[in-house]
Amino acid sequence: MGAEIGHFALILAFVLALLQSGVAFWGAQRADGALIGLGRAAALLQLLFVATAFGALALAFAQLDFSVALVARHSNSSQPLAYRLGATWGSHEGSMLLWVLILSLHGAALARFGRGLRATFLARVLGVQGLLGAAFLGFSLFTSNPFLRLFPAPPEGAELNPLLQDPGLITHPPLLYLGYVGLSVAFAFAVAALIEGRVDAAWARWVRPWVLAAWTTLTVGIAFGSHWAYYELGWGGWWFWDPVENASLMPWLMATALLHSALVLEKRGALISWTLLLAILAFSLSLIGTFLVRSGVLNSVHAFAVDSARGAYVLAFCVLATGTALGLYAWRAPAMRTGAMFGPLSKEAGVTLNNLLLVVATGAVFLGTFYPVLYDLMRGGAISVGPPYFNLVFVPLFILLLVIAGFGPLLQWKRDEIKPLLGRLAGPLLIAGLAFVAGLLAFGLARTLAVLGLALGAWLIAAPVQLMARRWRLGAKDAGLSWSLLRATPPAAWAVALAHLGLGVTVVGIAAVGGFETAKVLRMGPGDRAEFAGRTILLDSLGPAIGPNYQADRAVFKILEGRGPPVLTSERRFYPSSQSQTIEAAIGASLIGNLYISVGERDGSGRVVVRMWNHPFVGWIWGGAAFMALGGLASLCDRRLRLGAPQPSRRPRLAGAAA
Amino acid sequence: MRRLAFILPVLAFLGIAGVLAFGLGRDPKILPSMLIGKPLPAFDLPDVRAGSGGKGLASRDFRGEPMLLNVFASWCVSCRVEHPFLMRLAREGAVPLHGLNWKDKGDAGARWLTQFGDPFDRVGYDPTGRTGVDLGVTGAPETFVIDAKGVVRYRHVGPVTPEVWTSKLEPLLRRLRAEP
Repeated sequence: MGAEIGHFALILAFVLALLQSGVAFWGAQRADGALIGLGRAAALLQLLFVATAFGALALAFAQLDFSVALVARHSNSSQPLAYRLGATWGSHEGSMLLWVLILSLHGAALARFGRGLRATFLARVLGVQGLLGAAFLGFSLFTSNPFLRLFPAPPEGAELNPLLQDPGLITHPPLLYLGYVGLSVAFAFAVAALIEGRVDAAWARWVRPWVLAAWTTLTVGIAFGSHWAYYELGWGGWWFWDPVENASLMPWLMATALLHSALVLEKRGALISWTLLLAILAFSLSLIGTFLVRSGVLNSVHAFAVDSARGAYVLAFCVLATGTALGLYAWRAPAMRTGAMFGPLSKEAGVTLNNLLLVVATGAVFLGTFYPVLYDLMRGGAISVGPPYFNLVFVPLFILLLVIAGFGPLLQWKRDEIKPLLGRLAGPLLIAGLAFVAGLLAFGLARTLAVLGLALGAWLIAAPVQLMARRWRLGAKDAGLSWSLLRATPPAAWAVALAHLGLGVTVVGIAAVGGFETAKVLRMGPGDRAEFAGRTILLDSLGPAIGPNYQADRAVFKILEGRGPPVLTSERRFYPSSQSQTIEAAIGASLIGNLYISVGERDGSGRVVVRMWNHPFVGWIWGGAAFMALGGLASLCDRRLRLGAPQPSRRPRLAGAAA
Repeated sequence: MRRLAFILPVLAFLGIAGVLAFGLGRDPKILPSMLIGKPLPAFDLPDVRAGSGGKGLASRDFRGEPMLLNVFASWCVSCRVEHPFLMRLAREGAVPLHGLNWKDKGDAGARWLTQFGDPFDRVGYDPTGRTGVDLGVTGAPETFVIDAKGVVRYRHVGPVTPEVWTSKLEPLLRRLRAEP
């Protein structure tokens, strides 16, 4: 019964989405408050029905209703409850339902809290959102219905892929989807603005919280995914340039660009059409990412079951949504007023350069990701593009970007001078320069790139510190004044400092792992010792272990000397119902580096192949992402945004006051 | 001129969409083999079922009619998936089927065949994986279609399922049998 209720709710939501779009557009055209109100009600109801459908599916998974085909394919009675629930979005059909749920959540939030917006503008935004919702609900209903029944119901289901049975499944996809789908709001805002033919500082202030929220969740989502890959895949890589990883990186790069250009638009009224273009492209890249995962165009570890009918639907949808938006852009944007002027050395110019670099980097990732398709089209045949290409194009672009990211927050609006700017940043410049020279002397020219990375990291950590030190006048040696300035620091200032500092922390991690990782492979039996990375490691025992739905071969290591936790365990797990294996690496994590041990098959003499890695500062990669996300949250808390942002109390709006 | 800058994004996007539409029709899992259209590289391997009087497998055995060469290993889970179907092919006498026991230790391959059944006419034992390298094997299971003259005509990566058989291998074998 539950599946039918869910299916019916999904159909109702589809109809409501179409209704929402039609009524809202019509209402906006006629400036009819009643029609617009109807559109808003439809958005709220749509959330109710999609949530019902999602709940019905989750319930079917929780109760192991194997008469639902999706449950039978992805759940098994030996699977723990958390992973049965996680399996709700561990499959293609279920993940689409999660996508739609988050989309309707955004639509409802706009309808509920968007009353601060101009009524006709909100109606057009809801109209666009309704169309997006209808397209995805249609996709779910027509090509990947999660509620199909099986008759007769099988007595037992097939297990969810064991690699997915991990806490990462509970957090990583929902956060990523929050990010992807959050960008749909920016897209809807851009399209609505293009329809109306007007964009102003107020527009930027409304759109920024949505972009910030999307960017923050995307940042955390990507970091969780990277960390998951690090500990689950068993060889300690944290980024693979896999097509689907790239599909999440591209919207992130675009959202980062959008975040900065919207700031310029809000503060200075410049970069108007550029910001609109970025808003359209950021969401389009999310859509293309969806296409990538579900169409089977490219091979990837993440790809769901390949089905070209689904691919055709998503591609058609991509073309319609992005094509229409970009067509609208080509038609309407030239008539919009051009923004304020700014000098070649100014915060605006810095953000423009930042945007250009981010867009070029996105283009490079895009090209590398889709090159196999392009190659097949032009020359025929299959190739794959690996990390060497991405490192070659991405690293130089990012070095430039990191250099200007340090300057950016200390640049002045409108016009700045080179000498005072360098004076303001003398400290960080000195630190970075010293770090570079000292690094080269210590590690030699062979590790120039890694040393440069470390120096850039130091630069990016020192520059925001300098920014705050200036704000708090720490140089004035007046503790009372500094304290009161510190307490009066607005969240927006914290946001900039935290986010840029986070970037620096991540860069330190990347450079340290890239340049100074060490590894060792050896055969060990119980009682054997190994010297590695300043530690003495003893393989204490090797024996079987039983988990809820797997059997494991467990190796217990003792770290006799050296830092890190004293006991580490690594497992090779065998999942009988899916006949597959996973490796749980032993990770001794600390602030300055991780010891990573994974264990291979046993040989005839009862010994195992042990691989050990020393990953210096690897945790900083994700720690930096946490700082960036904190920055995003701080920015969301800023009063400046809350004033212009949607809020229920009908205070007179201060449109344009801050511009 | 300024107008053009605004039209450019939509034009570029439509171009990309065209490429993606093309991509929809291709299967990224097809890895073309360098060997296709070339004679099978020379090998002469002992039988995996040592002492059973088996004749082993050599490249010259692939003569006279189209045959299949299946690369398998006891440690390979997908091989177990395709095994029942290979057994069916053998029972039905659909095509001469030879096996290459790839990178297996000791008598693991022989035990595997005893336990699950032996669909092969001849089985070569390649413990070092040397012949696998010559064949360009990237992982087990893989299945090669070799024509009556000993030329490699097709390489299938992954388990042979009934669907693969009816859509790819069987039509190809029918065509090859019709060749002069």
